Amino acid sequence: MNRCLWCDEAIVNQFDWLTFFTGGEHQLLCEACLSQLETIRQPVCKKCFKMSNSKRCTDCKRWERFFSGDDPLEKNVSSFRYNEFLQEMIAKWKYRGDYVLGSVFEREIKRAFKFHYHALLKEAVIVPIPLSKSRMDERGFNQSEAIAEMATDDRKKIVQLFERIDDEKQAKKTRAERIFAKNPFKLLKTTNKTVILVDDIYTTGTTLRHAARLLKASGCPAVYAYTLVRG
Amino acid sequence: MVQRIKKWFHRPTRLESQPTERARRRNLLPSSSSYFHRLTEEEERKLAKRFEGKLLLRREIPLSDSQFNDLLRHQLFTPHPSFVKTIFQTRCKRCNNDKPSLLASFPCAKCCRTHLYCRNCIMMGRVSECEVLYEWNGIRYQWPTLLNACTWKGVLTPAQEKAANLVKKAIADKSEMLVWAVAGAGKTEILFPGIELALSRGARICIATPRSDVVRELYPRIGQAFKNVEVEALYGKKKNKDGTAQIIIATTHQLLRFNEAFDVMIIDEIDAFPYHKDRSLAFATNRAAKKASAKIYLTATPRGDLKQKIRRKQLPHCFIPIRYHGHPLPEPKLVADFSLSKRLTNKQLPKSFIRWLDQRERKTRQLLIFVPTIQLAEQLKVETAAVLLLKKLIKDESEVAFAHAEDELREEKVRQFRQRNIYCLLTTTILERGVTFPSVDVVVLQANHDVFDEAALVQISGRAGRAKDDPDGEVIFIHDGKTEALVDAVHAIKKMNLRAKTFYTKESER
Repeated sequence: MNRCLWCDEAIVNQFDWLTFFTGGEHQLLCEACLSQLETIRQPVCKKCFKMSNSKRCTDCKRWERFFSGDDPLEKNVSSFRYNEFLQEMIAKWKYRGDYVLGSVFEREIKRAFKFHYHALLKEAVIVPIPLSKSRMDERGFNQSEAIAEMATDDRKKIVQLFERIDDEKQAKKTRAERIFAKNPFKLLKTTNKTVILVDDIYTTGTTLRHAARLLKASGCPAVYAYTLVRG
Repeated sequence: MVQRIKKWFHRPTRLESQPTERARRRNLLPSSSSYFHRLTEEEERKLAKRFEGKLLLRREIPLSDSQFNDLLRHQLFTPHPSFVKTIFQTRCKRCNNDKPSLLASFPCAKCCRTHLYCRNCIMMGRVSECEVLYEWNGIRYQWPTLLNACTWKGVLTPAQEKAANLVKKAIADKSEMLVWAVAGAGKTEILFPGIELALSRGARICIATPRSDVVRELYPRIGQAFKNVEVEALYGKKKNKDGTAQIIIATTHQLLRFNEAFDVMIIDEIDAFPYHKDRSLAFATNRAAKKASAKIYLTATPRGDLKQKIRRKQLPHCFIPIRYHGHPLPEPKLVADFSLSKRLTNKQLPKSFIRWLDQRERKTRQLLIFVPTIQLAEQLKVETAAVLLLKKLIKDESEVAFAHAEDELREEKVRQFRQRNIYCLLTTTILERGVTFPSVDVVVLQANHDVFDEAALVQISGRAGRAKDDPDGEVIFIHDGKTEALVDAVHAIKKMNLRAKTFYTKESER
């Protein structure tokens, strides 16, 4: 029997002629859990996908001022809004290491990539944000890589360009601490293709910009980003 | 022949046992920096105290690699594969889970291959196929024998005395028994003589319960009663979870880390959620107790399976129908109000409730209001405060609060309520059991909701009238249509009160 990945309740699929002939879609979450996931809806900030009425949200304006008009990050696309349910789910997924929970997001990730980055993907490469060595050993997998793998069927498009030096969790820092922290990444290879960075959560956007800045400095034409959640 | 065929089907397949075998060998390999170090007896005893009777992952053992490898080479730890695989099923060694929906695989970056992991006990740290569970294999730790360890100076009532003697007997015989005592009968005190007896024999004792609130409530009381004994509480949110004390008070989840550790296993509130639903918890408590151990179950509302065992005389039991102060349980009053759900969806309090507020016997009693859902508890707070202000029952809005499972400040609010700083507490079934407030009136809004089953309703009515100087609080169930659970709960309470009466007459005849 098909069971919900989150609450382990049985999922009863509706039965009609369509599902009879097509087999129906394989549901991973039950109705109750699925309804608690909030997808991002319009209107959003055109640049970072924060839900706001203006085209540029205050966050992005601040970044623009910070880089004096030369923001290394072109655009960010996100799928979900951060709420308590998603927070719990992501905590269980990445901190506890419940790998299969990631597949809940697969359909939405695929849809977002197709919708926003379809044209771009012909040329671009996907670069997941890495974990530090010790954290990788602890968790056993990198959630950003998992997202990247769900985004595309072509494994060759996913390249690892960075290495993470620092070890601290971003989630435990304040906004100011995050923004003025040292760049935690080291570039391993350079690329001359457009890059789509992939990470799980966009909170202040510092991590992505740290990575984007390194890429830009080494001759990458443009850096886009996909994050699962816009905090 | 059939036996042989069965055996053949359940044999461990070689292909699947390989990774664990390899993992074992990898862990046994000497590390370059280690040296041959012989442990003194004192050191080994210390380690035995820390690790005996547990089943731990490597990362749960706080030793350096070289130290740990030394112990492994001395065979002081025995590695066990974390999954038991047969042709038809795979089973997590730690929580005994074999549901396919709760077993999944992930690509392990350490070993560069896909591994199985258990989703059932993942909140205790992930158990994956490439990891091994370690069991202590060195000397057994001798727990001290403590005579007259009980520092509690209270006196047991005759009914409690009778139960306490039975508990003592069960502990002496290392047998099973159930103490069925109504809410407020003083279950904890009944245990003291038994625990004292066990301590005098050098036994290790565990008091397990499904609810962390109950653990937090029990811990200071047990600590007070046994001042000279090491007592430790274990629950999810606690930082330091060594588990090295002689008396352990733990949530049943925490017992997943134990393996044949306790001589006496006491399970308080055995019928509480999630114990009766989650089979792995029953498995954990069974495994945590030694093969020959006393098992004492405590409850006010045994469920069907326990009742059946009692009826079949498979489980010795002892029933205490009266509370420690000798007064009967307050009988709940059912109030039908058919505009209830409409008022609640509009975030209003039902009219019947407001009417009842005026007719209450004693207005000084605090109010404990149970609602079916967390959202409702939060939504009704403002309205309740407004109504109570209007009735001049409170002076300030801050005297109304809500407490539910996802509330971070729950402990604090419950403490405030007990100290009478809060007049009215809105809560969900989370506070249905294990908590004691001296003088409260209890109201259940929408008592016909599914979350209020018979056990929950009986427990909820048990919150009222627990103090000696105010032995009868009012209990009101507001509903819009009786459910079976509602009727059964009232019936059960009446029956218990009846039994209490006959109990009394029997006692006086004696």
